[in-house]
Amino acid sequence: MNTTRELIEAHPFLAGLDPSARQRLAGAAHRIHFLPGSAIFAEGGRADRFWLIQDGRVRLDLHLAGTGPVVIETLASGDVLGWSWLFPPYRWQFGAVAVDPTLALELDGPAVRQLCDHDPELGYELMQRFMRVVVHRLQATRIRLLDLYGQP
Amino acid sequence: MTTPIPMLAPRPYRVVHRHAETADTVTLRLAPVGAGLGAWSPGQFTMVYAFGVGEIPVSISGGSGPVIQHTVRAVGAVSRAICDAPVGSVLGLRGPFGQGWPEPPPEGDVIVLAGGIGLAPLRPVILAGLNEPGRLSVLIGARTPADLIFTAEYDRWRAAGARVLVTVDRAAADWTGHVGVVTTLLAQLPAIDVGRPPPTGYVCGPEIMMRLGAEALIAAGVPPERIWVSLERNMRCGIALCGHCQLGPLLVCRDGPVVDAGHAARLLQHREL
Amino acid sequence: MTALLRSLEPLVTTLRAEGYTVVGPQERDGAIVLDVIESAAQLPSGWGVVTGPGMYRLRRRADRAVFGHSAGPQAWKRFLHPPRERLWSADRGPDGALTVTEPDDPVPRYAFLGVRACDLRAIAVQDRVLGASPGYAARRRVAFLVAVNCTEPSATCFCVSVGAGPDVEAVETRPDRAPADWALADLALTELAEPGDTEPVYVATALSPAGGRVLARLPQIPAPPDVVAAARAAVAAATDHMGRSLPDVDLRELLAESLDSPHWADVAARCLTCANCTMVCPTCFCTSVTDTTDLTGDHAERWQTWASCFEVDFSYLHGGSVRTSARSRYRQWLTHKLGTWRDQFGESGCVGCGRCIAWCPAGIDITAEVRALAAQGATA
Repeated sequence: MNTTRELIEAHPFLAGLDPSARQRLAGAAHRIHFLPGSAIFAEGGRADRFWLIQDGRVRLDLHLAGTGPVVIETLASGDVLGWSWLFPPYRWQFGAVAVDPTLALELDGPAVRQLCDHDPELGYELMQRFMRVVVHRLQATRIRLLDLYGQP
Repeated sequence: MTTPIPMLAPRPYRVVHRHAETADTVTLRLAPVGAGLGAWSPGQFTMVYAFGVGEIPVSISGGSGPVIQHTVRAVGAVSRAICDAPVGSVLGLRGPFGQGWPEPPPEGDVIVLAGGIGLAPLRPVILAGLNEPGRLSVLIGARTPADLIFTAEYDRWRAAGARVLVTVDRAAADWTGHVGVVTTLLAQLPAIDVGRPPPTGYVCGPEIMMRLGAEALIAAGVPPERIWVSLERNMRCGIALCGHCQLGPLLVCRDGPVVDAGHAARLLQHREL
Repeated sequence: MTALLRSLEPLVTTLRAEGYTVVGPQERDGAIVLDVIESAAQLPSGWGVVTGPGMYRLRRRADRAVFGHSAGPQAWKRFLHPPRERLWSADRGPDGALTVTEPDDPVPRYAFLGVRACDLRAIAVQDRVLGASPGYAARRRVAFLVAVNCTEPSATCFCVSVGAGPDVEAVETRPDRAPADWALADLALTELAEPGDTEPVYVATALSPAGGRVLARLPQIPAPPDVVAAARAAVAAATDHMGRSLPDVDLRELLAESLDSPHWADVAARCLTCANCTMVCPTCFCTSVTDTTDLTGDHAERWQTWASCFEVDFSYLHGGSVRTSARSRYRQWLTHKLGTWRDQFGESGCVGCGRCIAWCPAGIDITAEVRALAAQGATA
């Protein structure tokens, strides 16, 4: 996957968007590669980007006093990394570190927000896709909360 | 009458080896004192009797020749008594009972999806699958890293050529592996090629996990009639005489515990069936 | 060979002489119960019953019939599938050795006197479910059954609509009976009683070689054709006088499709989950086991006891029961009895004896509940 354009065409998150929408998004996106162990963003940092993971794995973590960083979740190919850019105060709730060599599409948060402000239809399409991801992640998290493997 | 005489009385088995898998789960290897049980197949269970305490169904997690291996989690009085059984003590076994895991067809991959103690009934499937390790993917989920069972064997399975992926629901501070529900591991398998023979899925774990696991396998392209789950119900006799283990038309001890995912889903959709 | 017997006393005496424990109906505590009898004089002469939903009363008959009643609170399963039975005992030796001993008690030889068609069918149903159980098979194999053609169904009877009576020989010759190495019944009697104090007479037919041997030892004359005809007519009349019926639909399919019907909540509002129905039902077979030890801790026993799917912890699993609501437990009982029993054992579990209707304190009538489900399905 050599170019930003190819990534935009291939990523399942953007499937179904019309070509002009994809072109506009391409203007706010570029291809990025993370080496294993590299920090993508830090907890508390300014949330002004988000990523569509094409390949590899990323772990979300949180520093607990006395324990150090604890992994909250592992994201992989097809996942969307970063939601806090959508709403004020635009601060990351968790940290993110690449586990494997990770290829992703990095998008400019404020630029995409502006695109959505000017084109509500594009905004609706993107919000729908985000909601699907968030709902899916929430359901999985709720399943983990059920502690099904716990003592009856 | 040609109906075989059902086994009502337990046969004595001595604990010859025990290994603590986790804080509440123990693997026991048991050898018959006198006459042993007949040959067993993966997915079958025995009724394990702790003297004077009671009897519970436990899936067979391995064994060779006359030795039977059981991996038991202490969740009640009987299971706790079994988990506490020291080497040299004698338990009673009846069985083997039930419909086990069907053998995979000659073609197509094998995907094993295990949650928590559900890995125990699947272990015989994994061991059999190591004969053709290139086809085998084992996806293991547990609550925390400390709750993973058979951890000493994962690398052995990998070394034999199987793909083994592990995840936990909640990580400890020193866990660098995958974190998330076990179905998220499916995303790490190569996409299923509809042009090739379809894979067969074996799913075992808490009921909700089996339902979600089967749904995830179906969404990934595995046909529902090739996905097998292992059901669980209150069993008292294990031999279709006491009526306790009914799930609609099924007597789980006789018609299960392994059933295909479609059948299970149709039954389990009714609350409190 | 059809014989006419003028008294049942020689039959009871002969059976006892052959070593059987004769069990028959007796009037006691306002009901007709089953218990050991030593003489035909103990049979409930002149007693009939009036039954209805949640209602069972004895009434005085105009004649001296001893089998002129139905739907008593007990079924023959009390003897063939006893409420409490020791399965085995185990002893722990000094090195932890486990010795399991299966019971060696003498098998009781029962002769059942007065098995109506519904109860005969119920025994056949239990044969199919429990026939592989060594204890049940041992008792069943040596049991001698004197079946009685029913000439007086009560208001709660519906054996005809489940194909289980009232003619005993029709039950005996059903083509789909599971094969067994024992006869279903040995003798069939039809009681003919006249109003007044004259003793009833009995048209008797042997149904098995053992039945033939016993019959041959009894004082009798060949039954005159008009008496045989009267007996047949009485049974035929009974067929037309059933108090109730199940609707003529595929019950297995109806119940499988009604699992989420709102009607279950309606029944649940009335059902007390008292389990009476399962106790009086002649085919209910569920059991539980209890493991006990003595004070030394070295001797243990496993006892099998009757259980009921209405018990809250019947379906206990992982810290809770699968079926906790009354709705789910009633649904389990009804759908099993009339529907999934067929999936599990190849036939219906219901014989239309009506006991569950009479002995339900809330008066729940399964024929009415099935009708309601069928009606819901039709409008769905």
